[in-house]
This record gives sequence, structure tokens and C-alpha cells, in this order.
Amino acid sequence: MNVLTDLIQWLTAPEQWSGPDGIPARTVQHLWYSLLAAAIAIVIALPIGIGVGHARRGGLLAINLTNLGRAIPSLGIIILVFTLVGYGVVPIEVALVAIAVPPIVTNSFVGMRSVDPEVREAAQGMGMTGWQLLVRVELPIAMPLVMAGIRTSTVQVVATATLAAYVGLGGLGRYLFDGLPQGDLSQVLGGAVLVAVLSLLTELVLGRVQALVVSDGLAQQSAEAAVGAKVQKAA
Amino acid sequence: MTDGPPTLLAAELVRWSWIGDHADDIRDALLQHLELTGLSVLAGTLLAFPMALTAVRWPRLYAPILGFTGALFTIPSIALFILLIPFTGLQIWTALIGLTIYTLLILVRNMVEGLRGVDRDVREAAQAMGYTPARQLFQVELPLALPVIIAGLRIATVTTIGLVTVTALIGWGGLGQLFITGFTLDFTTPLVVGIVLSALLAFAADLLLVGLQRGLTPWARTRGS
Amino acid sequence: MRRIRLGSAVMAACLALALAACGGDDALDGGSQQNQQSSITIGSTNFSEQLILAQMYAAVLEKAGVDVQTRLNLGAREVVFPALEKGDIDLLPEYTGAALSFLDPEATAVEPQEVLTALRSKLEPKSLVALDPTPAEDKDAFAVTKETAEKYNLQKISDLEPVAGQLVIGGPPELKTRPAGLPGLKKLYGIEFKEFKALDAGGPLTVSALKKGDIDVARVFTTQGVIAEEGWVVLQEDKLLEPAQNLIPIGRKDAVTDQISQALNALAPKVTSEELTKLNAQVDIDKKDPETVARDWLTQQGLI
Repeated sequence: MNVLTDLIQWLTAPEQWSGPDGIPARTVQHLWYSLLAAAIAIVIALPIGIGVGHARRGGLLAINLTNLGRAIPSLGIIILVFTLVGYGVVPIEVALVAIAVPPIVTNSFVGMRSVDPEVREAAQGMGMTGWQLLVRVELPIAMPLVMAGIRTSTVQVVATATLAAYVGLGGLGRYLFDGLPQGDLSQVLGGAVLVAVLSLLTELVLGRVQALVVSDGLAQQSAEAAVGAKVQKAA
Repeated sequence: MTDGPPTLLAAELVRWSWIGDHADDIRDALLQHLELTGLSVLAGTLLAFPMALTAVRWPRLYAPILGFTGALFTIPSIALFILLIPFTGLQIWTALIGLTIYTLLILVRNMVEGLRGVDRDVREAAQAMGYTPARQLFQVELPLALPVIIAGLRIATVTTIGLVTVTALIGWGGLGQLFITGFTLDFTTPLVVGIVLSALLAFAADLLLVGLQRGLTPWARTRGS
Repeated sequence: MRRIRLGSAVMAACLALALAACGGDDALDGGSQQNQQSSITIGSTNFSEQLILAQMYAAVLEKAGVDVQTRLNLGAREVVFPALEKGDIDLLPEYTGAALSFLDPEATAVEPQEVLTALRSKLEPKSLVALDPTPAEDKDAFAVTKETAEKYNLQKISDLEPVAGQLVIGGPPELKTRPAGLPGLKKLYGIEFKEFKALDAGGPLTVSALKKGDIDVARVFTTQGVIAEEGWVVLQEDKLLEPAQNLIPIGRKDAVTDQISQALNALAPKVTSEELTKLNAQVDIDKKDPETVARDWLTQQGLI
């Protein structure tokens, strides 16, 4: 197919791999926008999700936050913030953080809540303080879900960081918004493929991190079954 | 004109008179938004159903189906819409096809999980009672899978409401039209209106679907723990 | 019991689909359906100027008894022009130079008549036709802030040559490759900038970047209201690089009847650059509605 061969030609052309407009440079920019937003989101969302889960209050909001977060029109937020502060990295970061926070809050909350009440009682019976309970018991048990939340969040951010190019910044989205006015289908297709690949890689890498961070005694499957049940019950 | 912080503090975030003058346009944008959402979620549901049934019947197909739709999901939505243009132009199909594809992944996954989640014992009991596979599906498995399926429907609907705004870049957009207006005019009012309305729309849709779920599964309400 | 519930749910869904399909007819309808009289669908991009012109065409054609439908705010030219070729829209307000370079990125014609002839030859094989151009031109230009102009003593483009290496230029992505863009600046004036930032075509991104100093030189369009508002200096073109950009209606041959071309050709001579700049300012600065602005002006001019 013509389109396919054009695409492969574009992807493998040497100009694509060097210089400030090359794939490596743009990938680095793309990752920078994404990881910055993910980091900020984690700093904001983890304390909230974990805190609310530990205190066992505000559950309804925490559970539904993810779903409502999905409705955030990232394009609208980017443009609004742009209209307020102008050209720069702030508009895209605000939008990315806004979509990254909800899944982390919800998953951390549910993870904390999945701790068996009996286990909590046993720990308290052993004389643990609230803080010790949190750090030594609840967090390790909640970790699979917390990581799942961070994973989902980050992959979404990587895909959405494409919009940075809409407001004049760099990143892999540039291939989409540059290729379009020039009618360059290979560039647009190439950009789309690159973002998809980057998102998938992010998913894989974070999956490995999750495997490393979760303690051996906890199978991921049982944790995900717990999510299913919790979401069902809360819904 | 807008110089950053000083103007921010000075009132003009929302010019109410503009809203009054453009009530018709806003209403049209909202209706288009509802239309795009409704049609693509419906299409997604109708398409996801046979795909989910196939995946349940032939479990080996589940992984590839999931992989394919999952890969599509990582393509940034704006790219998918742009890539459809040479084929379907600016007609509503471009927006609808893109939106439907995105709802597919969510719905297929949830339908499969829901159907698989039906207890083996229940299925065997139905078979023992002489239910045909069709009756079994519609009278036993589906109703029991309903909570999980509707959870997926909620997610799909709310996600679609957000994605519809992206179609503004290809001539549609529903409430997203207001974003483009605000952008080209350097004017926050249509932006705020667009964001608030799409958030409210998502909230309302979510509530509606939760209500639907409660209505369709009365037995779940009485479950204790 | 359960069967009834599930059944009613399915019925409700079908009903919703049917309702949506019925109610959706207006939005789904791309083209003209009544064939008794001339009818036409006018499209436009998102830019205020083209919205104003599209509204002018609509008002003038309605007065002439044509059945007009509008599909405005469709997006950027690369999305909208193919819609014209496909038939989703029938008529579009365009610019002679920009349309030509869209159809032929290597085009080098610069003078108004040259550009028009070249444009018409590119439109012909696509069954498209360009009506009469207006005197109004919205030319591509380069602007700097007052401060930059004073600092480097810039009045015309060739003044940029000695200092361009320290300056950042911003504009639409295609500025980098088009003959009238950076390659032309280098070839004709010997100008090479420190950096190029791909933003938009005189849109909010470019305006904001120039205001904030993220770029030093911006690609602007001469009828933009913001230029006067910000006190920017448009550098004079001392060598002829930028092609003519007369506003011109481009439409599908099978949709543009004599009635339609007569009405629009009568409108063309009245639209001058000065008038257009004033109208743009009303929309961009005062945030007035393009439709209102267009109709008020046409009424004043006695055209409707």
C-alpha cells in the first residue's frame, strides 16, 4: 500500500532522526511535558487519595472523581489557560495535571479501602500508631492499585501531551499539526504512530515498575478483582 | 488587550451579555454535542455487543481483540480524526467513526468482564433447566452482567462527552465550537461557557446512567455487604 | 420480570436512536435539498475575516433570492478546502495568493493578475471557479513590536538582514518551506534568523508570542486589528516577495449559477482593504458578531 510505504520511508529517513525537529528531540520534549505533569499530579493526588482512604471518609467523591475527570475537555482547558496567561508551557501543564489527578485519587482511595478491616484491627491490636498502620500495613497492601492508578494516568497524559503542539510548543504532536497544513499525510501518520508507540512503551515500563514495587504476597489479579467489586458496589 | 494577571483580576472572565446574545448558538452547540455523543455511544454499544460475545465464546480471540482496540486507544484522538478526513471528509461520519472507535474499547472490555463474571454455577443451572443458549444469554447472563456493563457505559459516555470537543478541530465539536471561538477571538467567555456546560453534561449523563443501573438491577440494591 | 426490564431498556435505546436520527437531520444535512431555485452552501474557516466575508456572501445571495445554507467555523484551510472539493460546501471566501500556494506549494507568481491566472488554472481541473477578486488585500507581512523596531532601527524588511541572526521568528508551520516564507527571505534579502517557532497563521499563538517576547518577528496579515491596537510596526516590503492576496470567492462550478456570480461580482468592488480592516477590528477587538458586522456594513453600503 502506498500510504504504508510512504510512512515507512518517512520514519526511516535520516533527517527524521537528528536535529531539533528530529524524532529524538521531539520525543524528549514530549516526555518532558508528560513526566512533569505526572509528577505534579502525583504530588497532588497521592496525599488526597491515600489520606481520604486512610480516614475512610469522602469515599463517594473519590470513587466518582475518575469518571468525572474523564469529562474534562483538555482542549478547552488548554485554550482557556492560554487565553489567560499566553504562550508557554503553563496551559498544557494545567490541562495534563487536571486529567492526571482523578485516576490517581480514585485508585489510591480504593486501594486503601481494600485493606481488610480485620488486618487493620490486628495491626491496631498490636499497638501500631495511625502512622505506622498507614506506612507498614495499608500502603503496601494498597500499592498495586496505587501503581495502577499512576500507570493509567501517565499513559493518558502521554497521549494527550500531543496537544502541546496545538499551542505552539514541541513534542510529537508537532508532526500532526505541522503535517496537516502541508498536506503531508506521512508526517501526520508518523506522528500518530510515534505517540501510540510511546504510550504503549510507557504502559510497559510502568508495568515493570509496578511489578517491582508490589510486595510478593499480593497477586495483581486479586487486586484487580477487588477493584471490580468495589466499583460495582460503589456505582 | 489581555495582559495576564492584572486583567485576570479585573472582572472580564465572563461577559454575561455575550451569553445572552449567543444563547441560540450555545443551544445549537449543546444539541450537536448531545447528538454526537448519543449516536456514537449507541453505535459503540451495538458494535461492542457482537464483539464481546465473540470474545466470550472463543476466549482465544479476546487477547487480539483487546490488543487491537487497545492499540487504537493510544492513538491521540485528534490524530485519528485528522486521518479519517481524506476518506470521509467533513461529514459527520468522520467525527462519529472516531468517537465510536474510542467507545468500543471501553465497552467491549466491560461487556466481556461482565459476562465472564457470571457465576459458573448459575450458567450450569440454567443449562440444566433446559434454557437454550439464546435464552440463557438474554434472560440470565446479560441481566447479571448488567452492573459491570453499565459501569462501562458510564465511562464510555463520559469519555465521549469529553472527546466530542476535540472534533471541533475538524468542523464539528458540539460545545467545542465555543472553544475555537474563544481561541480565535482571545475571549474567555465562550471558553468558560463551553467548559462548564460540558462538565455539567457529563455529570448529568453519569447520574442518569447510575439511575438506569439502579432501575434495571433492583436485586443489587438489597445486597448487604 | 427481568425479561421485561431488559426488553424495555432495549426499546428505550432504539427509541433514542430513532429520535436522534430524526432530530439530527438539520445538522447532518450537508448540502442543498430544494432544487427549484438556486441554492448554495457557504463554508468558512475559523478566522474572523473569512467569517465576515462568508456572512456577506450569505446576505447578498439571500437578497438575490438564492437559498443559502452556511457551514462556518469548519477549521483550518487544510480541512476546509478539501470539503469544497468534495462537495460538502459549495463556496468559500479565499485569498488569491494563499489559495494558489495551497494548491501549488512551489508557486512563485507574485503580481495580482499573474496570481489570479495561475490560481484559475489550478482550479479548472478540480471543477472549481474563482469569481471576481476584490480590491481588498490581506497580505502576508512581517511585524515587530515598537520596541524592537526602535532598538534595531527597523522600517523595511531589508533592515533585518544585519540583525536577523539574533532574532527569533514565528509563524505558521509552512512558513519554513514556502517560497514566500523563510526560503524567500534568504534568497531575496539574505536574511537568516536565529530560530523559527512554528505557531499559527497570525492567530492567537503568534499574537501572544510576539506580545510576550517569545518571538521577535511575527508573520502577520495586514488587515488584522491587533496590529494597530498593539502599535506594532509592519516592515515595508522593499523587494517583491509576497504574492498578491486579493479576497475572492471560490466555488464549485456546478453550484455557482449566473445569478450567484452576478450578485457576488457586484459585491466585490466595494470591499476595500480599509473597510475590511475596520470590520475585522469590530469582531476581533469589540467581540461583535461577524454576522451583525457584515449585515450592518452591507446595509450602510446599500447592498441589502
